[in-house]
Amino acid sequence: MSEIVVRIPAALRGFTDGADELSASPGTVADVLAQLRVRHPQLVQRLLTPEGEIRPFVNVFIDRANIRALQGLASSVPAGTVVSILPAVAGG
Amino acid sequence: MKRGLPAAVEVSPREALELMARGARLVDVRDAPELLAGTVRGAIHIARCELMQRVAGCAPDTSATLLLICASGVRSRLAATQLAALGYSDARSVAGGLARWQREGLPVESSRATGDPDWERYARQLALPEVGEAGQRRLMDARVLLVGAGGLGSPAALYLAAAGVGHLTLVDDDRVERSNLQRQVLHRDAAAGESKVLSGVATLRALNPSVEVTGHDVRLSEANARELLACQHVVIDGSDNFATRYVVNDACVALGIACVHGSVFRFEGQVSVFWPGRPGGAGPCYRCLYPAPPPPELAPSCAEAGVLGVVPGIIGLLQAAETLKLLLGAGVPLVGRLLHYDGLRGRFDEFEVPRDPLCPACAR
Repeated sequence: MSEIVVRIPAALRGFTDGADELSASPGTVADVLAQLRVRHPQLVQRLLTPEGEIRPFVNVFIDRANIRALQGLASSVPAGTVVSILPAVAGG
Repeated sequence: MKRGLPAAVEVSPREALELMARGARLVDVRDAPELLAGTVRGAIHIARCELMQRVAGCAPDTSATLLLICASGVRSRLAATQLAALGYSDARSVAGGLARWQREGLPVESSRATGDPDWERYARQLALPEVGEAGQRRLMDARVLLVGAGGLGSPAALYLAAAGVGHLTLVDDDRVERSNLQRQVLHRDAAAGESKVLSGVATLRALNPSVEVTGHDVRLSEANARELLACQHVVIDGSDNFATRYVVNDACVALGIACVHGSVFRFEGQVSVFWPGRPGGAGPCYRCLYPAPPPPELAPSCAEAGVLGVVPGIIGLLQAAETLKLLLGAGVPLVGRLLHYDGLRGRFDEFEVPRDPLCPACAR
């Protein structure tokens, strides 16, 4: 369990070659996104503003907890946890 | 007055009837089960215990004549005094209440939604301890508004009507298109081209004639949202665009109404209950979760992205389940929690939704 899993929502799978899960090494949320940026730069562009903040229509969860209620991008992602990315969708 | 309260203005039943003919609003302040004895046609029902909380939504004009009625005229007198203290300059109590109203031979109607229920129809849910006769009467007295009679609103409305939720309102300005029929199960093949609310109202009435169904063929906007949502117990957001979702959220926050959110994309869906006005446990609102909508170029619609019909079916029914729980006061609502459905993986995940202490909509 030295890895963490990042779940990719349907709306963003166009930037991960269709993968619905990616793996990365533990660290902070910022560290995890930096690893993803190497392989999938467009994905991370969709998640972060040019200033490097999480976009207001995107939520990132570590297991069940929203990183907005933790330390944001500095929140720790320990080994074995699941990071879920959830963008707002409007379909009805 | 012995108790130091100012005297409430009283009118006779006959005077009340004349005032109603001239446009005055009559509020029946009795508890829901009492309505079975019949009520005055055109009266709106707000139980006295909820009056202070809900009157502004139903009667925003504090200078208009507001008539109050109860069984014998005691509670309505107290209510009139309270409303006067709240700033209503012409709140009047109907002297002698419904008892005198009937003694004087004035018309009383046993409303379809409040009359003797069709016990056989609801037998399977009456058997549930969380529903029972009292719960069924709560459902029959309930007002639920559905924003959107589409993929989410269709299953939600069908099951709420079947469950006997007494007053359903559909708001949608779209026409039925053939490409809707794959998932919008309120609408029949023959309804293509028709207004969605017209088609939806007809389907729901055919399903359960005891439910009062109203349709508004309009687009919900900032200009009409508060007027349309006033007096509703629960609002179901099944809209299909971000602009409407933020309008629904802000109006629900302002009126203190629970908003049961559902949204879908391809094989995925999200459900939550946004209710900052929840008594005894304020929850977050939609803006606490998503402070701002994505720019249009980053937000593909279902029309472009596609959606499997069963996904809004599943999410819309979860919205109906949350709505019934709220109306019945049963179980634990999805307040402060977001349920995410991934249809391809066949998995539900639950996430925490904290309140945003700086939320522009709901933080005080």
